[in-house]
Amino acid sequence: MDKKATRVAYGEALVKLGQTNDRIVVLDADLASATMTNAFKKEFPDRFFDCGIAEANMVDMAAGLSTMGLIPFCSTFAVFAGRNYDQIRNGVCYPKFNVKFGFSHAGITVGEDGGSHQAIEDISLMRGIPGMTVFVPSDANECYQCVEAAAEINGPVFIRTARLPSPVYDPRPFTVGKGTVIRDGSDCVIFTCGIMLEHTMEAAEILESKGIKTALVSFHTIKPFDEELARIYAAKCKNVFTVEEHSILGGLGDTVASAIIGKGVEKFRKIGINDEFGQSGKPLDLLKEYGLTGPQIAETILKDL
Amino acid sequence: MDIQKLESYAREVRKDIIIMTSKAGAGHPGGSLSCTDALVALYFDVMNVDPKNDKMPERDRFVLSKGHAAPALYGTLCERGYFGKEEFDHFRQLHGILQGHPDTKKCPGVDASTGSLGQGISIAVGMALGAKHTGNKCRIYTVIGDGESQEGLVWEASMAAAHYKLDNLTVILDHNGLQIDGPNDEVMSLGDIKAKALAFGYDVIEVADGNDMKQVLDALHTPPCPGKPRYIILNTLKGKGVSFMEGQVGWHGKAPNAEQAAQALKELEG
Repeated sequence: MDKKATRVAYGEALVKLGQTNDRIVVLDADLASATMTNAFKKEFPDRFFDCGIAEANMVDMAAGLSTMGLIPFCSTFAVFAGRNYDQIRNGVCYPKFNVKFGFSHAGITVGEDGGSHQAIEDISLMRGIPGMTVFVPSDANECYQCVEAAAEINGPVFIRTARLPSPVYDPRPFTVGKGTVIRDGSDCVIFTCGIMLEHTMEAAEILESKGIKTALVSFHTIKPFDEELARIYAAKCKNVFTVEEHSILGGLGDTVASAIIGKGVEKFRKIGINDEFGQSGKPLDLLKEYGLTGPQIAETILKDL
Repeated sequence: MDIQKLESYAREVRKDIIIMTSKAGAGHPGGSLSCTDALVALYFDVMNVDPKNDKMPERDRFVLSKGHAAPALYGTLCERGYFGKEEFDHFRQLHGILQGHPDTKKCPGVDASTGSLGQGISIAVGMALGAKHTGNKCRIYTVIGDGESQEGLVWEASMAAAHYKLDNLTVILDHNGLQIDGPNDEVMSLGDIKAKALAFGYDVIEVADGNDMKQVLDALHTPPCPGKPRYIILNTLKGKGVSFMEGQVGWHGKAPNAEQAAQALKELEG
């Protein structure tokens, strides 16, 4: 199967958007070759604004640009969702300005750069801001859909992408705020987001081979969240597991927990980064270190069932 | 507009500041009174704005980067005709359009929500860049504080303003020398602020008395310097116009009580 990083899809999607909408402008903070906005820079140099290594100023400049009718896409590393938090909150979201954030290199699969560069709390930070839409595409095709949808939304949108190439699946129907049922099942359900889709698919197959009918639901939109779908599957399967390449505090797991609380669930476990920072290593070694490979996820779930 | 008329508007705005803050029992009179003359000059003489058409695309933009001086902005917008004085009753109150710090979603004539210091100038830089990009001939004005200039973002924004040659941008420094905890020089010295502005690539004008309407107007009407953003240093007096507030740190974020307000209004009536 072809592999492509969601950050690469982000860069490609921007170019495509730029060809049909001249209000699209892209800002980057000296990371265009990593966030993959360099393709947009090459094709539309007059609509690309490098902001230097000054992420806070990038976000507020985007706020100002949006007031002139432009649709700015701010691009940098997801770990700077923290560095820019005040600008995103007060400069963009409080006035409900039409600014998009395409933040890449999320999660521990950043790899060798280490814990300082591995965002594990960005979903938590972003979903807490009123009016923010939060997308976590699971593959390149879904990332194209997220970027297109972001341009259509009149307001702030956060798109979390990954550095690590991951499988590209056939395009699926996409509706903002709706989860996607990847496979049906009745014994347990795994809720996931982002590039953990690949590993949860593997986990589901392992569980299935042991006779456990496993449902798998992927959420490209963490906010607004598809609470209805989460409740339906929680009620049906009773055993609920969430898997994310993010802290188990404040991310997908807590989003699901809020949605399904009191719905008669028997088992509920959040699988992710357990309130600790990441470290340097090869991406796949890191997934293993933190228990996020398919076989490890299956094993964790088996222990609970 | 003739200077006497502008000065009389400035007096009215100063009275508005006292009325608003004393009614609310809260707000920031000191730093509002120091930048009042600049705001009146901008809204009544310098900027191309129309209160009846506050979203007019070609309007000049103003961003109050030192958002806590909201009473000065609200007084100016009110005197200019954006809304009626009845709104003063709801300043800092539930459901009011005059929030504690300017809110673009609620208050007509406000183009950016400010209050988190350092952000307004950065937003203004984005507006100026956007105006250039879209061929809009408007000018962008922003008032920043001297205490605010301790924020690194002010300098990130300044670097970008020079880099993108934003000669449609005017940054106005309300240099009253005081901040919440004391004089700038005690809290965190700004050093040679003029040299810093020059080094960052601004075309700099220093105004000896930033509360003198003629001097303020002369600076604001100086033609732009092609390829360079403008930086105007207004040497102002915190609490200007109210004897017991002038030069007093304590009036940064404290409202006058009824008795103090009456005295202040009496002084401002002259």
